Amino acid sequence: MSQLQSHSATAHEKPESQKLEGWNQPMELQPDGEAEILEVAMGPHHPSTHGVFRMDVALDGERVIRLKPVFGYLHRNHEKLGEGQSYLASMPYTDRLDYICSLTNNWAYALAVEKLTGQAVPERAEYLRVIVGELTRVQNHASSIGFLIQDMGASGTPLMYAFREREKILDLFEELTGARMMCNYMRFGGCRVDATQSWLDRTRKLVGELPAFADEFETLLCTNEILMARTQGVGILKPELAVNAGVTGPMLRASGVNYDIRKVDHYGIYDRFNFQVPLGDHWDVYDRFMIRLLELRESLKILEQALKEIPEGPVMDPKAKIRGFRPKPGEAYGRIEAPKGELGFYLISDGSPNPYRYRVRPPSLVNLTILEDMCLGNNVADVVLILGSVDIVLGEVDR
Amino acid sequence: MLGEGLLKGLAVTAKNFAASYVSAERLTTVQYPEERIAPIEATRDFPFLVYDGEDWEAGLRCVACQICEKECPPKCIYIEKSKDKKPDFVGKMQIYPARFDIDISVCMSCQICVEVCPFEAIKMDTEFELSTTDRFGGLLHDRRALAKSNGHYRKIHPTEAGEVDARRAGEKAKAEAKAKLDAEAAAAKAAAAAKTAEPPAGAGD
Repeated sequence: MSQLQSHSATAHEKPESQKLEGWNQPMELQPDGEAEILEVAMGPHHPSTHGVFRMDVALDGERVIRLKPVFGYLHRNHEKLGEGQSYLASMPYTDRLDYICSLTNNWAYALAVEKLTGQAVPERAEYLRVIVGELTRVQNHASSIGFLIQDMGASGTPLMYAFREREKILDLFEELTGARMMCNYMRFGGCRVDATQSWLDRTRKLVGELPAFADEFETLLCTNEILMARTQGVGILKPELAVNAGVTGPMLRASGVNYDIRKVDHYGIYDRFNFQVPLGDHWDVYDRFMIRLLELRESLKILEQALKEIPEGPVMDPKAKIRGFRPKPGEAYGRIEAPKGELGFYLISDGSPNPYRYRVRPPSLVNLTILEDMCLGNNVADVVLILGSVDIVLGEVDR
Repeated sequence: MLGEGLLKGLAVTAKNFAASYVSAERLTTVQYPEERIAPIEATRDFPFLVYDGEDWEAGLRCVACQICEKECPPKCIYIEKSKDKKPDFVGKMQIYPARFDIDISVCMSCQICVEVCPFEAIKMDTEFELSTTDRFGGLLHDRRALAKSNGHYRKIHPTEAGEVDARRAGEKAKAEAKAKLDAEAAAAKAAAAAKTAEPPAGAGD
C-alpha cells in the first residue's frame, strides 16, 4: 500500500518546465534562476485585445514563457438561441457574430440552409452575393491592417486611412441593405432586395478608385523600417502546426499553405472568376499583414469581373419560402471563405420549423487556439502584435 | 538607405494632410444637429404601424395576426387581440390589435417583422432621435406611439411605399369588383329565387 502511494506520488510529480505549461494548473510564482516569474493579466479591458479577451501571460523578464487565452466575456448563447427559433430568425443574429463582416456571415448561413432545403439561388443573386462579400473582404482587410498598425503604436494614421475607405463601402451597404453593419441582407434562395443601376455604377466607380488606395497603403507601410523591424521574424507559425490546429484564412496562407475555400469548394460562382491566392514565405506577422494587402487586391479583381458580368433577372427564387418551411430531417454544412477564414454553419433538421442543432464554426476562435505557440519566447510587446495579426473579432470568438 | 521607407510613408501622410484642406469631398464633417445629411432611402431603425386616413385608430392596417410577434428574433413585440371587429380597407370585418407594444430597447432593427407581415401594416421608420430619461416606460412604445400615417411612410420610403400603395389599390379594386359581382350575383339569385317562388304562389291562387 505504501509502495503504491509513493508510486502515484512520483507519477504526479512533473518536471519544473512542464508545470509551467499546464494550462489549467494554478500558476506558481517562483524564482527561475535569478529572475522572478511574473503573471500579467492582459485584458479583458486592454485596448490591444480588440474587445473583451484576456490573456494570462507568465513573464520571465520580458520573455513570454506561458500564455493562457481566456475568452467567453461576450458569450450570448447564439447557438442555443438558434435552436429555439425559426431558421429565418437566426439570420439577423448572424450579423452579430463577426460584426465587421456581417454580409459574409449571412452568406454562410444562407448557404447552409439552402443545402439543407435544396434551394436554388438565381444568377443575379449569386453575383450580388459575390459583390457584397468581396466588398466586405476589402473593408475587413483594410481595417484589420489598420488595427494591427494601431496596436504597434502608430495611433491613427493607417487606421484612419482604412476607415476612410471603409466608410465609402459602408455607405454602399446602407443604400443596398438599409444598414451599415447589421445588414441582414441574404435570404434562403437569394437576396432580400435588388441593387439598382445607380448602386452598381457607384460600386464600379468605388472599385475603380480602390487600387489607388491599396497603392497608397503599400507606400505608407510596406517598406517602413520600424514596421519591418517589429514584424519580421516575429510570431512564426509553422505550416504543420497551422494545418494540425485547423487554422484557416489569411493566417494559414501566410504560413504557405495553399488553401482557399473559394478555390477548393467552388461555392457560389467563384469558379467563374480569375484570381490568385497569395501565399506567405516566412510565416511571420509581416507575412500575415502582406497577405491581407495582396488579398485585398485580388478581391478588387473579382469585384471588377463580377460587376462587368452581372446579369439581369430576379434576385429571389419565386418558389422560395422565407418563413414557415420545414426542411426534411437531415444535416447540412455550409462553409465559405470569410475574410477571417473558414466560416461554417452546421445544421441538423428534425423536420420541425426550428433547427435541431445549430452550430457555428468560427474562424477567429480556431485561429486563436495557436496563440500561445506563436507567442512563446517572444517579448511581451510582441504578444500584442501577434494577437493583432490573428485578426479576431470577439463577437465571433465567444458567440 | 535606412529610413527611406519611413520618408516615403511620411510623404504619403503629408500629401493626405495637405489634400484634406483642399479637396471638398474630404471635408466630411457635418455639424449635427444644425446640419444634417440627406437620409438614405433604404435606412431603417425601428418599426412603426401604418394607418390609412385621418383617424389613427380606425385606419390601422394591423389585423393582429401575430405573425410578427412569433417571428421577431428578440421577441420585442407584444400583441393582444381585440374582442370585436372593425372593417379593413376593402370593407372586410377584421379583428384589430387592442394592444400592440414594441420594446425598442430590445428591438434590433432587423426588419423581419416587415418582411413577414402579409398586410403591409408594419414598416421601418428612420426616426433616430428617440432618447429618453425613462429607460423602461419611455422605450416601450404602445400602439398610439407606433401609429404613423401612410403619408409619413410615403415620405421616408417613397419607392417602396409607391409599390405598396399600387398593390393595395389593385387589391381594393379587385375586392370592389368582386363585391359588385357578388352583389349582382346575389341580386340575380334573389330575383331568380323570387321568380321560382312566384309560380307556386300564383298556382295556389
